[in-house]
Formats: sequence, structure tokens, C-alpha cells
Amino acid sequence: MKILELTALELGRKIKKREIGVAEATKAALAQIRALEPELNCYVTVGEEQALIQAEQVQRKIDKGELAGPLAGVPAAIKDNMCLEGMATTCSSKILENFVPSYTAEAVKRMMDQGAVILGKTNMDEFAMGSTTETSAFGETKNPWNPAHVPGGSSGGSCAAVAARECFYALGSDTGGSIRQPSSFCGVTGIKPTYGTVSRYGLVAYGSSLDQIGPVGKNVKDCAAVLEMISSYDKKDSTSIQREDWDFTSALTEDIKGMRIGIPKDYFGPGLDSQVRDAVLMAAKVLEEKGALVEEFDLSLVEYAIPAYYVIASAEASSNLSRFDGIKYGYRAKEYEGLHSMYKKSRSEGFGPEVKRRIMLGSFVLSSGYYDAYYLKALKTKALIKKAFDRAFEKYDVILGPAAPSTAPRLGESLNDPLKMYLGDIYTVSVNLAGLPGMTVPCGKDKKGLPIGLQLIGNCFQEKKLIRVGYAYEQSRSYEEPELAVRVSESQKEEHEGERSAGGEV
Amino acid sequence: MSKQYETVIGLEVHVELATKTKIFCGCSTEFGGAPNTHTCPVCTGMPGSLPVLNRQVVEYALAVGLAANCEIHQYCKFDRKNYFYPDNPQNYQISQLYLPICHDGWVEIETAAGNKRIGIHEIHMEEDAGKLIHDEWEDCSLVDYNRSGVPLIEIVSEPDMRSADEVIAYLEKLRMMIQYLGASDCKLQEGSMRADVNLSVREVGAKEFGTRTEMKNLNSFKAIARAIEGEKNRQIELLEDGKKVVQETRRWDDNKESSHAMRSKEDAKDYRYFPDPDLPPVVIDDAWIARVRERQPELQTEKLARYQKEYGLPRYDAHILTSSKHLADLFEETVKLCGQPKEVSNWLMTDAMRLLKEKGQEPEQISMDPRHLADLVKMVGENVINRTIARDVFEAVFTENVNPKEYVESKGLTVVRDEGALQSVIEEILEKNPQSVADYKAGKQKAMGFVVGQTMRAMKGKADPAVVNQLVKELLEQR
Amino acid sequence: MTNRISDETIEYVGILAKLELSGEEKEAAKQDMGKMLDYIDQLNELDTEDVEPMSHVFPIHNVFREDVVTNQDDRENILKNAPEQKDGAFKVPRTVE
Repeated sequence: MKILELTALELGRKIKKREIGVAEATKAALAQIRALEPELNCYVTVGEEQALIQAEQVQRKIDKGELAGPLAGVPAAIKDNMCLEGMATTCSSKILENFVPSYTAEAVKRMMDQGAVILGKTNMDEFAMGSTTETSAFGETKNPWNPAHVPGGSSGGSCAAVAARECFYALGSDTGGSIRQPSSFCGVTGIKPTYGTVSRYGLVAYGSSLDQIGPVGKNVKDCAAVLEMISSYDKKDSTSIQREDWDFTSALTEDIKGMRIGIPKDYFGPGLDSQVRDAVLMAAKVLEEKGALVEEFDLSLVEYAIPAYYVIASAEASSNLSRFDGIKYGYRAKEYEGLHSMYKKSRSEGFGPEVKRRIMLGSFVLSSGYYDAYYLKALKTKALIKKAFDRAFEKYDVILGPAAPSTAPRLGESLNDPLKMYLGDIYTVSVNLAGLPGMTVPCGKDKKGLPIGLQLIGNCFQEKKLIRVGYAYEQSRSYEEPELAVRVSESQKEEHEGERSAGGEV
Repeated sequence: MSKQYETVIGLEVHVELATKTKIFCGCSTEFGGAPNTHTCPVCTGMPGSLPVLNRQVVEYALAVGLAANCEIHQYCKFDRKNYFYPDNPQNYQISQLYLPICHDGWVEIETAAGNKRIGIHEIHMEEDAGKLIHDEWEDCSLVDYNRSGVPLIEIVSEPDMRSADEVIAYLEKLRMMIQYLGASDCKLQEGSMRADVNLSVREVGAKEFGTRTEMKNLNSFKAIARAIEGEKNRQIELLEDGKKVVQETRRWDDNKESSHAMRSKEDAKDYRYFPDPDLPPVVIDDAWIARVRERQPELQTEKLARYQKEYGLPRYDAHILTSSKHLADLFEETVKLCGQPKEVSNWLMTDAMRLLKEKGQEPEQISMDPRHLADLVKMVGENVINRTIARDVFEAVFTENVNPKEYVESKGLTVVRDEGALQSVIEEILEKNPQSVADYKAGKQKAMGFVVGQTMRAMKGKADPAVVNQLVKELLEQR
Repeated sequence: MTNRISDETIEYVGILAKLELSGEEKEAAKQDMGKMLDYIDQLNELDTEDVEPMSHVFPIHNVFREDVVTNQDDRENILKNAPEQKDGAFKVPRTVE
């Protein structure tokens, strides 16, 4: 049986039917990790031993009937900005390299309560600041479709790991597009839920008013199931929201007749790669053929989302990251003279250039004399952007567009010009500013063979509409995986199966 | 000094609220405890931890604000105040800048110069910092986060005070008010009430305020008074010398009775406040305000009036009794048990105050059980013991909290009214003092007083004086 | 660039943010920040005169916990990541002279 080919839900079903053991699935994923990590570097930490112990525990619970969820026993990965008791949480930063939390993020806890086996922590842009996973202190992650390219970011490790079959699904976090953009670059599906849907407790904060955890999977169905599992009203997170519906999988129907889909003309201006544009418009056509009403409209204010976003996110980050000071945890400089020197040296040596850049900008825009001109102005812009979306959702159920202006750039191309990198977030950041749900679904490849993603944006709490449209679209095409991942899994299969017959199944 | 100066003072008073748990987490606020034993990821600023507001903090802040005649911001928010210091684990303090819960109130103070209203600019909620212990041996500092996250309110006055007397009266007023509300114990020594003094001087008649300084580290009313005096003189001297007062924060050293500027190149004082994205706003509707008002206990001014009206106490006595919530509670509970408010008041006003003075204690430190005091009052009323004895019993009740009934019984202090027993004692005294009998017979009334005195002494005060008087007279007549 | 960031500004922000930049980093920071601020200045094209600044997207309010002690002594875990500790406390360079 080709375990690694399975989607998370397919594997879950087979585990339930005792066709595949949890340990067997875990070992298969670990073998793929071992084989591909030297090339891809999707993970910061792989918890092999812990995963195998967990696999046994989960198997016992499944056997006793204590775990019956659709994803029980399915091995998964989490982004390294989510705390997991007993495993290092680094945010891909030197400043946290030795930090081992004594608590587990609420979303991760919910996953584990449902029988997830955690394989490890995935690589990311340092503190989620970046769009390429190149700002990681532990080396960049490479795109499984073409290792000369970036996987996108900041959840590049999670998305690349799913694409490379190094896990069956993963959690990412999205502050300005950090799930949707790398999902697009890696040819996987990712959802950024409505703000407040998934608890932020245990997620190391970047921009608290924008951060949201979400699923990354091989298809919409898997993502809907994972989202259903990790969403909750959490009293530990004051911004958590008591929603009316959590049953996201109930929206997995192909019927989209009469659904109104709006295409913002502003998302198709200059700067958008023509191959991306064509693939996205082609997808819109597919949906139209399935009965959706598709039309173009003017969303407006699109160009103001990035400046507003960078003011707000940097300001919040400058404050959120001030706790990294070399006193309670993390890195402390070896040589310093007195308290302030200890602070400055530890932080300057511990943070990478992109993080420092944003902390400097954030501190500046909040500083005396600039608060009104920058921070307050950005909060007002945010209000206007929210209003523009409110107007759009009076007319449309779902907004459709690209997730990024291009496919994955080559490694090293983006970091020289930060502003240019920031501009790549143009289609994603406004969703975070307005607290909306967004989803990326693969919709083709460019001539270089790099994946293209389709972004669907819904009104607040309208994940189900996204899931419906995404699922309907997905039925029109089959899931494609990077050749590298498939090749490696194939080559391991024999070895693995040998192991299995030797060990025997309980 | 040729010119006349006026001192202008405003206060920032921090009060630790009497909640059981911290403002944003479920850690205990209990005082003491080994370092860092009352901490969790939230109050030590661990990555990924999030704050959740303690409802009781809002209740207490509202109660204090309403008692101080404040307007309420019915939509209020928390802001982050960003600065690096090891006692501040997140390196930002969650506080309120833009929309503090209470604003524009006042309290009335009473000084020798008369009554005066002191304006309250605002009251806001915030979290306390941890404690730094300086380790001389290793030349380092140690951080204990047990106090980190303990809820505080900061009460910011208008610059309405003009003397140390007014400042002390204002602080006493706040302290009493807050204690009455049960919102804090307000102990300056333990730091549950702390005051920073903003002070400037100007020439009498000047319209503009002078440049002010902020004085920190004031741990007692006496220190506050001394610091005000010291800072006033320092500023006047500067002005007299033609120098300028620099706006700065200064630290008072009460041992040296002087202050020094707390300045550092690394201390930019630019707090970059912004709304805390982790905490949604607090909306206080009219119903909530009404609920808090309804629950508001009787405050000192109201009690003061009631004691005069209901119990017929003189204003002075009522003032003393209500000057401490603890004392007033003791008074009322005792009266509830034994009636006789004037009698109870007398005990507290005279004997209790005398004993406090002797011991150098505050009224808050009285540990007497109201049931014991009530029993004592009853025993005196029913003539079980006489007043002289009662004062000794009171002292025992006050200092050792003894049960007065048992105490009187075990020491045999009950009044002797057995006429037969008394008669033999008096007869004996008359036998020993024939001169007194003679004097009495000769019409010298004073002689009778002497015999009564002797009798009382012989009875060790336990005799009922009225009975003794009657008997002595009878027996003298019989001779 | 219309926004020229001075050495003093970089120095000052460095004090606020507790970051010590090398000479090279400082030059880069001046450039980066200037460029970003130029870009951010686009927001001035928007008329936001009557717009309420929006910090929370959803109108949720009054999220409270009750005043009940839920946490026990967890000192061992709290201290275990500390770079330096002594006597159950976090050890830091001397804070007062």
C-alpha cells in the first residue's frame, strides 16, 4: 500500500479499519522525512522518538475505541511558532534556539486530543516575518517542485512538508498571507480562518491582531476536517470568537449553483504574472460552468493594504518581540557590560536582519510624535478596507483572485530588496486586516512547472462558502505532487514494506 | 527670600486591588511566598501566552471611581506601555492611556485650613511589576515575578494641592475611601498603596504652573511630607539662584532626606503606547454602573452623619470612629450585640485609643473580638463589675483578646454585694479607726469618705460603691 | 527619498527597541526605513478625517475570567529555560548602581 499517497482523511479511514497501523504510517512519514530533509529542510525539529511513542499511545486508544475522529492516528507537522510541551519552539530564530515550553498551544492540543501524531516542528521565516522561509536562522526551506526555488513563507516549511509527503497535513499561521502564499507556491491547499476561529493561545505572536492558525493539506476536504478539529472558543484567548458553526466538513458539496463570485479587477493589474492570471481566470471559468455567477468588480483600496499592514504588523511585532530579552528564556549574549548592554547584545545577536528591520520600523511608527501620522492612520485605513469588503460581500458570496503575483521565485532573489518582497503580499494582507477567511487551492502550473494557487476570500464566518467553492473546483482536477516527493516515496516503499512484514502487524 | 512662592502638587497614587488572583491570569495575589511560586506563563511573559481580564478588577475600579465622583468611560480599552526593565517580563506593561475607566472626579479633604475639593484627573487599571532583589554578594539582581500582574489602579489627581498637609489629607481620604469599599487594604509599608508626587513651585499670583518634577520611592506619610518640603526648597533655591527646574523623575532617599535625578541615556521615556490587540474593549453599560452603585457600602462621610444622628455621638467621636473602616466595623458590630452606642464609643475613644498610642499601633491593628467588647459593656451595665475593674478587663480583652466573662470569673473580680460580708469588713475598719468615727460624730462628713475609701481598697475595688456608701453611713450612725 | 532618517533617529529607535546596530546595519536601516516610510506615506492620499481607527475587527467586548485561583506553584517549569538563575529567581545584571 502506498501510504504516503493517501490524503489525511483517507489514511484516517484506513487506520480506523485497521488496514494501516498508526506506527506504520508514522514510520512511513519519518522515512520520507529522513530521505528528503537533507535536500528540502522543511523541519526545524523532527521528534522521531516522541512521534513513535505517540503513535503507539494513539493506536491503543483507537483500539480501545477511545479515539474515533476521522484524523485519529494521522501524522502531522506544526509550524515552529506553536508551542508543544517538551519540544523546542524556536520560531526559526537564534534568540529562541533552546526554548522548550512547558505548555502546548490550544490548536495543537485539540489536534492531539483527536489523535494526531506530531512528527515535528516546521521551518518558517524567523518569527513569521518574510515571504520565502529564507529568513529562518536554521537555513532556508526549498520548494519540493524545484529546490532552486523558495517554498514561499512564512509557513514555507509546513507547505513544503505537505507537498513533499513529509507529513499528511500541517498547521501554519497566517498574518499577512503566510498560509495562502506558500500553499500557492507549493501546490497545496491552505485555509486562513476568520480571525478568532482558532485559538492563538500558545502561538508565538507576531502581529496579534492579524495572526491566525490554519490548516495546510493536500486538498480542501482534508483542510476542512483539520479546521473543524482545531477551531474552538477558547477562554484563554480573549480574541477567540464564539461562532455559530464549526461543522466545516458539512460544506463539502459540489453544488455551487447560483453562488455569486466576484473577481476584483484591482487584483489583475500590472505586476501580475500573465501565467498566474490565465490560470486563475481559467479556474473562474470552471466555476462558472458549474453554475456559479461570476463577475468582475472594483474592490478599491488594494494598494493601501500593504502600507497599512506593514505599519500595524511591525508596530505590534516591536512590542510582542520585546519579551525576548535574554532574561527568562532564549539566547543571552556571552559578553556584555551591565543590564542595557545585555539587552542590546542579546537581541542584536539573537534576531536576524528582517526581524530587526521590522522591530525598528514598528518602534519608530509608535514613537512620540509619529503615532498619529502612522499608526492611527493605518488603523483608519484598516477600517476603510474592512468597509470596502463589507460592500463587496453585499454582492458576492466569494471573492476570487490570485494568492500571489507570481509563482515561487528563485532562492536568494527576494531578500535584497525588502520592499519588493513586501509587494508580493498585495493579494493576501487585506484579508488579515479585515479579519476575513481566505483559502488557497492549486489551479495549475506555470511553464517552469511551478504551482499556481487560486485564492478564495469569504466574508467573516463564511468559511463554508469558501470550502464549497474550493471543493467544487477541486473536483475538476486531480491532485498533483512534486516528482521529487513521489520518487523518494516510491524508492522507499520496498524497503519499508520489507520492514513491515518482518515486524508484523498487531 | 524676597519672593513669595506657592507649591503646586499633584499625586499619582497606585493601589493594589484586593482581588484573589492577578489581573490577567489565575495566579494568587497572596503576599509573600518563595520567589516565582505564584507565577505562570502569562505573568512571566512566556511566548504564546495571552492575557484574560479578571472581572473583579473592573468592579473594584468602578467602585473607587464612583466613590470619587468620577465619570465613567463606558467604552474603555487597555493599552501597552512599552519599556524594558527586568521586573516587567513582557517589557511592556498593560495599562490604560487613551480611554481610562474613570475620569474627571473629585474628593473632598479636610485640613486645618478648611474643606477643599481635590480633582481626580483619571483612574486607570494596570498590572504591577515583579520585584528585584539586589544580591550584593554576586553583584547581580534577582527577579521574582510573584507580584507581576497583581492588579493596580492608578489614581491621578489634578494639580490641586498646595501643601504637605493637603497631600496627607488627600491620601488619608483616598485610603479610607478605598478601605471602606474593600477594594484594597492600602498599606503604604507593604506597598499596596504608593504615591508619586508631582511638584512645582511658582510665585504667588502667577498664572502659569512652574516646571514640575516627579518624586518616587515614598514609603510613608512622613516620607511624603519630608519629600515635599525638600523638593519645594530645592526648586525655590534653584529659582532664587536664577536657575531652571528641569522636568525629571527623582528618587527620594528618606534616610538622607534628599533626592537625586533618575536619569539614564538608555531611558528614553517614550512609551510607544498603543491599544493592546490581545484584549477586547470593556463596555460598561448603565445597568452595570447601577449595580455597582447599589452594592456600594456606606462610606465614611455617610457613616459620620449617621453616627451623629442615629447614635447621638458627638461629631468629634464619630469622626475618630469612622476614620478607620476597621474601627467603625468593630464599633457597629459591638453595638449590634449590646446596644449602648455611647458606652461602646467611650471605650473605643478613650481606652482603645490610649492603648494604641502606648503600643504605637494603628486602628487597623486592633484584633479585639466585638463579642468580647459587647460582653464587657454588658457586664458594666449590669453592674457585674465596676468601672475601675472594667478598665483592667478591657486592657486584657484588647491586648490578649481574652473572653471577659471567663477572665472576670477566674480572677474573682465580680462586684461584691453581699451586705453581710461587706458589713464585717467595714466594722473592722471602724474598729481600727476610732478617730474617724469620732470625727464623723463631730459632724465632719469627710471622715465618711475616708472610711469608704478604705473599704474599697480592702475589697480591691470589687465592691459596689453605692452599696458601700449606704452601709458605711448606716454603720457610722449606729455607733 | 523624501523621508531622510538621521543617525540620531536610528540611534534613538535603537535605544527604544534595545537593538545595537553595526555601522553597516545602521546605514542599511536608514535606507530601509526611509524607503518604507516613503511607501507608507501613500496612506496620506486617503481622506480618513471622519474614520474611527479600528484596532479590533470584531465588536466583541467584556471577555472576563472570574477571580478564582487556578494556578499552582509551577516555578520549576517557569525557571527551566532561564539563561541564568539563582535561589528560585531569574538572575540579571545589577539594575541599580
